[in-house]
Amino acid sequence: MGPDSGLPSGDGATTAALRAGLAPKRERPAVLKPWDGVRVLARRKPMGFVGFLILMIVGLAAAFAPIVAPYGYAETDLTNRLQPPGGAHLFGTDNLGRDLLSRVIWGARISLGISLGAMIIAKTLATAIAMFSAYYGGWFDKITQRFVDIWIALPTLIILITLLGVLGANPVSLIIVIGLANAPQSSRLVRSVVLSVREEPYIEAARALGMRDSRIMLLHVLPNIAHIIIYSASVTLGSVILIVASLGFLGYGVPPPHPDLGAMLSGDGLTYMRRMPWMALWPGIVITLVVFAFNVFGDALRDLLDPRMRGS
Amino acid sequence: MAKYALQRLILAIPTVIGLTLVIFFLVRVAVPVDAVDIASAASESVDVEREERLREEYGLSGSLPEQYIGWAGRMLTGDFGTSFFTGRSVIDEMKRRIPVSLELGTGALIITLVVAIPVGLMSAARQDSLPDYIARGGAIMFYAIPGFWIATLVLVFGSILLNWAPTIDYQNLWDDPVANLKQVWIPMVILGLSPIGTLTRLVRTQVLEVIRQDYVRTARAKGLDTRRVYFRHILRNSLLPIITVIGLQLPRLVAGTVIFEQIFVLPGVGRYLLDSVQRLDLYVIMATNLFFGMLLVLANIAVDLSYASIDPRIRLSRS
Repeated sequence: MGPDSGLPSGDGATTAALRAGLAPKRERPAVLKPWDGVRVLARRKPMGFVGFLILMIVGLAAAFAPIVAPYGYAETDLTNRLQPPGGAHLFGTDNLGRDLLSRVIWGARISLGISLGAMIIAKTLATAIAMFSAYYGGWFDKITQRFVDIWIALPTLIILITLLGVLGANPVSLIIVIGLANAPQSSRLVRSVVLSVREEPYIEAARALGMRDSRIMLLHVLPNIAHIIIYSASVTLGSVILIVASLGFLGYGVPPPHPDLGAMLSGDGLTYMRRMPWMALWPGIVITLVVFAFNVFGDALRDLLDPRMRGS
Repeated sequence: MAKYALQRLILAIPTVIGLTLVIFFLVRVAVPVDAVDIASAASESVDVEREERLREEYGLSGSLPEQYIGWAGRMLTGDFGTSFFTGRSVIDEMKRRIPVSLELGTGALIITLVVAIPVGLMSAARQDSLPDYIARGGAIMFYAIPGFWIATLVLVFGSILLNWAPTIDYQNLWDDPVANLKQVWIPMVILGLSPIGTLTRLVRTQVLEVIRQDYVRTARAKGLDTRRVYFRHILRNSLLPIITVIGLQLPRLVAGTVIFEQIFVLPGVGRYLLDSVQRLDLYVIMATNLFFGMLLVLANIAVDLSYASIDPRIRLSRS
């Protein structure tokens, strides 16, 4: 299977659009099967593939934490406190005798879960704003963009600390406020792509055929900006994980005893890390690997899905 | 240029007003109004009249829009309110703390530029050589490693290996520059790591783009020495996107100052913010938020102005 098959291209999409308007039933274009995608990634973007592997390992461990983690995240074993890695505790234990491997796995589950939720809110909002703003244009676009300007100018982490500090942090409030705070940046990117898609002949054709705006946006604009949304989702996940970890580190993450990768690096753990530095190593290594993986994977996706944007 | 600068400043006014609106309503709605009563009446019995008087005194009576206008109006006269807890004027405290944060942020920015631009240039000039690979790998790592983790490691291993810990007693830059720099150089460097990662990669890709242009070949062909080609022709033409990305790094630097002031016990605006959030100290929360917001607004104006001064096309097309 060639690298370009199944990807949106101007001409193919035009005929597809015409067909969609004329023929009662729309033929589905050939799509890349997931496995082909992985093969292309491994062959053409080795770094992206490494990122993909890291994400699969961490993601699966996080998703199946109840099965994978050898101990519970709050399970204390006071006779085995501050154990170095090895033996019954692969990553060692902390000052309360809790298994560090289990805490890191559960911590990754919580961090990834919150980040995923926040990313979905951010992308949905960003896409909605960008599509309406760019598709309708005119004064509506101008006013919306002024609001986005202000939104972008807000000091994100500062406002997050303020809100979470005052309202109290829990997974739901974290997802909502982090999602809202990260929406405007990517709406700019999506908007610029919608602006160019809007001028494509297949949109004009669909309009000439009398298609309603809502249908055009859903059936023709959205599929043609999907690749931008997908790769920016990967990059956003990388930065959102850092934000979640920073908030946890400052004490505004999920409340204890739930493990938070950021919170594991601060607080009362700090006094024990002098005796057991491994406590300070594992959470940081996991955060770094995941952020790294999302970034190289996102870059690889961008290069593969949209050759025009390569290297930008 | 002056006309363009003025235009840019006028355009920032709605942003600043929007900023004050967002901060006021977010914070004011989130913080319960009895914070002031709790703060000032810690031991005394509940006294409705006294509560009323306190709220009046702190500008918390009347409807929310009235309170907003009162708050914004007082700020225009330089009055940023009073702390519920210390009873002291917020602006006086801010004046003491702003230099600490600015020093940390500016220092990190300078370190970023001094490292990222030469390394990025070198990396592009020797594309696909060993130094290039090292620089690229390092840049990706620097970007992905959370700064607060490095800070934790420095604290942990500093105390294990060197028996070192950050000093609690902060020295001002102008009182004792040596002692001050000894305290702040570590947080400055760590704060700079992540922007160094982002910027090095960008400088490299930009320079690689420009290096293949015809005017660069011409400059080389006419016998200009390499250094001149790099600084006069290549770097200058890659600067616009580089400045954009520096602008995009600023919110991260600002957020970083909050985290690193906390870790390295520096008495800056970030610590003030964290303390005030813990205590629901309304006017301090709003003033610190506004400070960081204004910092970003001003930084964005600076970015736009430096575009215009580098690229004459921008200032000519708009005015």
